[in-house]
Amino acid sequence: MYAYIIKRLILMIPTLFGAAVLVFVLMRLVPGDVCEIKMAGDGAFVDPEAIEICRQNLGLNDPVYVQFGQVIWGYLTFDLGTSMWTGRDITHEIGLRFQLSLQVAFMATLVAILIAIPLGTISAIKQDTWIDYVVRTFSIAGIAMPSFWLGIMIILGLLITTQAWFGDPWMPPIVYVSPFEDLAGNLSQLIWPAVATGYRYSAVATRMTRSTLLEVLREDYVRTARAKGLLERVIINRHALKNAMLPVVTIFGIEFAFLIGGLVVTEQVFNLNGLGKLFVESVETSDFTMVQQLVMLVVVIFVFMNFLVDLLYAWLDPRIRYA
Amino acid sequence: MTVSDVRTDLGAEEVVERTPWPAAILGLIARYPLGAAGALVVVAMIFAAVFADVIAPYDPEANAYEYMFTAPGGQYWLGADDFGRDIFSRIIYGARTALFVGFVAAFVGATGGLVLGVASAYFGGWFDLIIQRVMDVIMAFPLIILALAVISVLGPGIDKVIIAITIPFIPQCARVVRSSALAIREIPYIDAARACGFSHARIILRHMVPNVMAPFLIMITAFVGQAILLEATLSYLGLGVQEPVPAWGLMLKSGAEEYAESAPWIPIFPGIAISLAVFGFNLFGDALRDALDPKLRAQ
Repeated sequence: MYAYIIKRLILMIPTLFGAAVLVFVLMRLVPGDVCEIKMAGDGAFVDPEAIEICRQNLGLNDPVYVQFGQVIWGYLTFDLGTSMWTGRDITHEIGLRFQLSLQVAFMATLVAILIAIPLGTISAIKQDTWIDYVVRTFSIAGIAMPSFWLGIMIILGLLITTQAWFGDPWMPPIVYVSPFEDLAGNLSQLIWPAVATGYRYSAVATRMTRSTLLEVLREDYVRTARAKGLLERVIINRHALKNAMLPVVTIFGIEFAFLIGGLVVTEQVFNLNGLGKLFVESVETSDFTMVQQLVMLVVVIFVFMNFLVDLLYAWLDPRIRYA
Repeated sequence: MTVSDVRTDLGAEEVVERTPWPAAILGLIARYPLGAAGALVVVAMIFAAVFADVIAPYDPEANAYEYMFTAPGGQYWLGADDFGRDIFSRIIYGARTALFVGFVAAFVGATGGLVLGVASAYFGGWFDLIIQRVMDVIMAFPLIILALAVISVLGPGIDKVIIAITIPFIPQCARVVRSSALAIREIPYIDAARACGFSHARIILRHMVPNVMAPFLIMITAFVGQAILLEATLSYLGLGVQEPVPAWGLMLKSGAEEYAESAPWIPIFPGIAISLAVFGFNLFGDALRDALDPKLRAQ
C-alpha cells in the first residue's frame, strides 16, 4: 500500500506542474499589460511612471523564467503574493472565505448522498416500472436545471410559503456566522445553497447507484442469497449495496472536489462571501494575481481529492493496489 | 447482364428490405420513449430558433417602459420584464443564442478532440504520451473554472464565451475517441493501408475517423446540453453574452433576483427554458448512446 501511495503522489507532480504552467501562460496572454489595464483600462490618462512602478512591483520586468520561478517558489512557501485590486495578502483573503465554502461543499455532498443512494436503490429494485421512470426523470432534471436558477426558485418558494403561513416573508440570513458560534443561524443560512447544489450533484450518483446495483443484483451470490430464503431487504442492504457502493464512492469524491468550483454561481445567488464569489469578483475586476491563485487552489484541491479517492478505492478493493 | 440490369436488381432489393420511414420512426419512439421526448424538445427548439422572426410577437430588444412588469396574460403571454420587453419573444430569440453557442462550441470542441484523439492513438509513443499529459492537465480544471479563467483573459462577449466553452471540451472528447481509436489501430486493415504507402493524414482521416463516429456523435449531443448550461451560467454572472442580446442566462441576471417576489415570471420562465433545453439534449444524447453503442444495448 505504501508503494502505491508514493507512486500516486509522484504522479501528481507533473499534473500540478503542468497546471501551474498553463495558468501562468494564460495570464500572460492578457491583451496588453495588466498594469495598463488596471490603471488606464477606462481610457484615463495615467503617468507612465506609475505604470512602470506597478510593473516593477509585480515583477513584470523580470525575464519570464524568473517570473515563473517566483510563482513556483511562492507555491512551495505558501506565499501567494498580494491582490492586484485590493493590495491585500492573497493567502489571508482566501483563508477568510475557505471555511464557508468548505462547509457548503460538505453539506451539499451530504445532501447528494441522502438523495442519491435511496433513490438509486429504489430505481434499481423497481427497474422499468413507473417508479424507475419518475426517479430517472427526477435525476436527469437535476443535471438540466441550473443550480443558480434552483437557488432563485428556493428563495422565491421560501418567501411565498413563509408569507402565506406566518404572514411575514422570511429570507435566509445574509451575514455569515460560524457554526461554532450559532449552529442554528449558520444552518438556516447554508442549508439552502447546500440543497440547490446537492440536488444537482446527486443526479450522476443516483444513476451510478442504479446501474451498479442492477449489475450486482444479477450476480450468482445474490441468487444464492435468494435461494437461501433471505429477506429481500437483507439481500439488498447487506449483500448487494456494499459491493455496488465502490464506483458511487468515487463519484462522491470527485464531485466534492468539483463542488468547490461549482459553488461559484450558487454563492452569487445566495450572496455568500465564499471562494466562488471572490473568484467572480476577481474576474470582473481583472484581478489577475487573485484569479491565478484561485484557479491553482481549485486545481490542487481537485488533484488531491482524486488522489484520496484512488487511495480509498485501493483500500476497498485489494485487486487495485496489487495490480 | 448489363450494368443497368444490376442497378434495377439492387433497387428492387432495397425496396423490399427497407421499412417505411413513418414505421421506422414509430419503432424508435416505442424503443426509446425518453429519447423521443428529448428529440421532440430539440426539434421544437431548433424550430423556434429558425422561425423566431415569425413566432415571436414582439421585438425582443425593444423597451416599452409603459409596460414594465406586466403580468402574464393576453397581451404578454409570459409577462414583461423590467424594461417592458416581452419575455416570450426573448425566450424564442434566446433559443437562437443558446443553440448557436451550444452547437458551435460542441462541434468545434468535439472535432478538436476527435483529431487529437485519433492522432494520439495512431502515432502512439512520445506523441501520445505528451498529448495525453497535456489533456490530463486541462482536465484537472473543473469546467466552469477553466471557462472563467479564459473569460478573465479574453473578456466577456458571445465569441469569447464560445472559445471559453470549447477549450474544456477538447480533452474530454479526445480521451473517449482515443480509447476507441486504439482498438481500431490494431485491426489489420490499418496495417494494409500503411503497407499500401498511404500518408498518415489519409489513414487518419479516411480510415480511422469514420470508424470512431459513434463516440464522436454521442459526445457532441452531450456537449450541446453542457454548453447551453455553461453559456447560461456565464451570462448569469455577467461574463457571457451582453445586453441587449436575448439570452436565457442573461434574462435571469438582469433584475431577476431583485424582482423575484414582485414579478416572479421574470426568473421563472427563462429558467424553465434552460432546464427544458438541457433536459431535451441529455435525454436525446442518452438514447443516441444506447442506439449507437451495441455493448450498452446488450445490457
